[in-house]
Amino acid sequence: MQMIKNFFKTFLLFELLKGMALTGRYFFARKITVQYPEEKTPQGFRFRGLHAQRRYANGEERCIGCKLCEAVCPALAITIEVAEREDGTRRTTRYDIDLYKCIFCGFCEESCPVDAIVETRVFEYHGEKPGDLYYTKPMLLALGDKHEEQIAKDRAADAKYR
Amino acid sequence: MMELLQTLQQLGQDLLGPAWLPIWTVVKIMVITVPIMLTVAYLTLAERKVIGYMQIRIGPNRVGPYGLLQPLADGVKLLFKEIIVPTGSNKFLFIAAPILGLAPSLAAWAVIPFNDGMALTNVNAGLLYILAMTSLAVYGIIIAGWASNSKYAFLGAVRSAAQIVSYEIAMGFALVCVLLASQSMNLGDIVHGQQGSLGLLNWYFIPLFPMFLVYLISGVAETNRAPFDMAEGESEIVAGFHVEYSGMAFALFFLAEYANMILIAFLTAIMFLGGWLSPLPFLPDSFIWLLGKASFILFLFLWFRATFPRYRYDQLMRLGWKVFIPLTIVWVVVVAAWMQTSLWVW
Repeated sequence: MQMIKNFFKTFLLFELLKGMALTGRYFFARKITVQYPEEKTPQGFRFRGLHAQRRYANGEERCIGCKLCEAVCPALAITIEVAEREDGTRRTTRYDIDLYKCIFCGFCEESCPVDAIVETRVFEYHGEKPGDLYYTKPMLLALGDKHEEQIAKDRAADAKYR
Repeated sequence: MMELLQTLQQLGQDLLGPAWLPIWTVVKIMVITVPIMLTVAYLTLAERKVIGYMQIRIGPNRVGPYGLLQPLADGVKLLFKEIIVPTGSNKFLFIAAPILGLAPSLAAWAVIPFNDGMALTNVNAGLLYILAMTSLAVYGIIIAGWASNSKYAFLGAVRSAAQIVSYEIAMGFALVCVLLASQSMNLGDIVHGQQGSLGLLNWYFIPLFPMFLVYLISGVAETNRAPFDMAEGESEIVAGFHVEYSGMAFALFFLAEYANMILIAFLTAIMFLGGWLSPLPFLPDSFIWLLGKASFILFLFLWFRATFPRYRYDQLMRLGWKVFIPLTIVWVVVVAAWMQTSLWVW
């Protein structure tokens, strides 16, 4: 019986017609393509994009040079040098992130005790010559100043889960 | 329309005398070839669109409105690319192969009747000519595979040769049924044989339904289209016979494949779906019907590609030799016997 059934199923192209019915249905289905530059997918407040260094409201940089981010970075993308500033506080003299190495895991942000190094929602950036994606401390601070509003909002949204 | 052509013909005859015939023929050839080339170009776009839609994408839409200039952009890109000839290849054959691939698929159009009496040449053995031309197309692929001096190209060529030889037989037998039913090898007469008072019920796809399917599937195999694209098999042998080709040489293979697809679509429409005849008896017969039927078959080609995974090689051979050939032989006998009885009403 099963054999006869299988024979007719094969010869009447039953499975093939079933497959074609499926693709035929999808032909009229709503398309899910996001046409990128015009349309964008929604971003979460934990989005891990380009890095930035934050400042306190009084303009003082947050980073205290604890080197936790450097230690936790799995890609060894962060290089930090520390020295004592005139007022006796511990500050970084060098804070570089090599974005060629960075894997955007977000560990640096998680490890930071003062929320100094953060990852912003910016993901549309590029470099045009070798070294363009090697971000230094002034560049990171500038990014932080530029996006501070969005960064603060995202941290606030995430606060209750931390 | 017809009178206008007649006066034009008369005018040319008076003006140029014996030189008029070749000129007029060249004009006719252009009238057939140029639209085919345009159709090929837009078929590539249609393919990407249809497959995209079936994968819930929207396909190319960046070049021109709705991506309508995409084929032109592709063509220009291919034209400006370098044709790289590998050092170990046979240079003459390497260049000749794409030409050999494209020429037969265009030559076959000579006998296609687009409307009542509207064919480039009205050959009495039109069907044989078509079979001969479609078989010749495989030489382009074989020579390309051999001349490239690359193992992937060679594997592709071998696969394609075996595949086309196998499916040619089934295809030939399917056509024998049409030949029996219409008692003519002239494509125009085959369409006339499907004329009747019942419209689409008079077409051959009803008494010859299994052959219609066999012809369609063999046609897909014959043109090396998915799911029978063993000759290309990009996941197994990179790109098969045309790995080494680039630029316009590659484009010619592409043109040949799509021209063959359109040819098979037209042939299916002519032999099984009544050519230019209208499906409903009260509507006038017209070229538009042939175009519509061929477009439907072409859509099926694209639909198949979006739906089915590639056949495994041994399954392909099994289908060709153990299923199609016995089936077609049986159906030839059935049709021949059927035609002797009074039950044959076609």
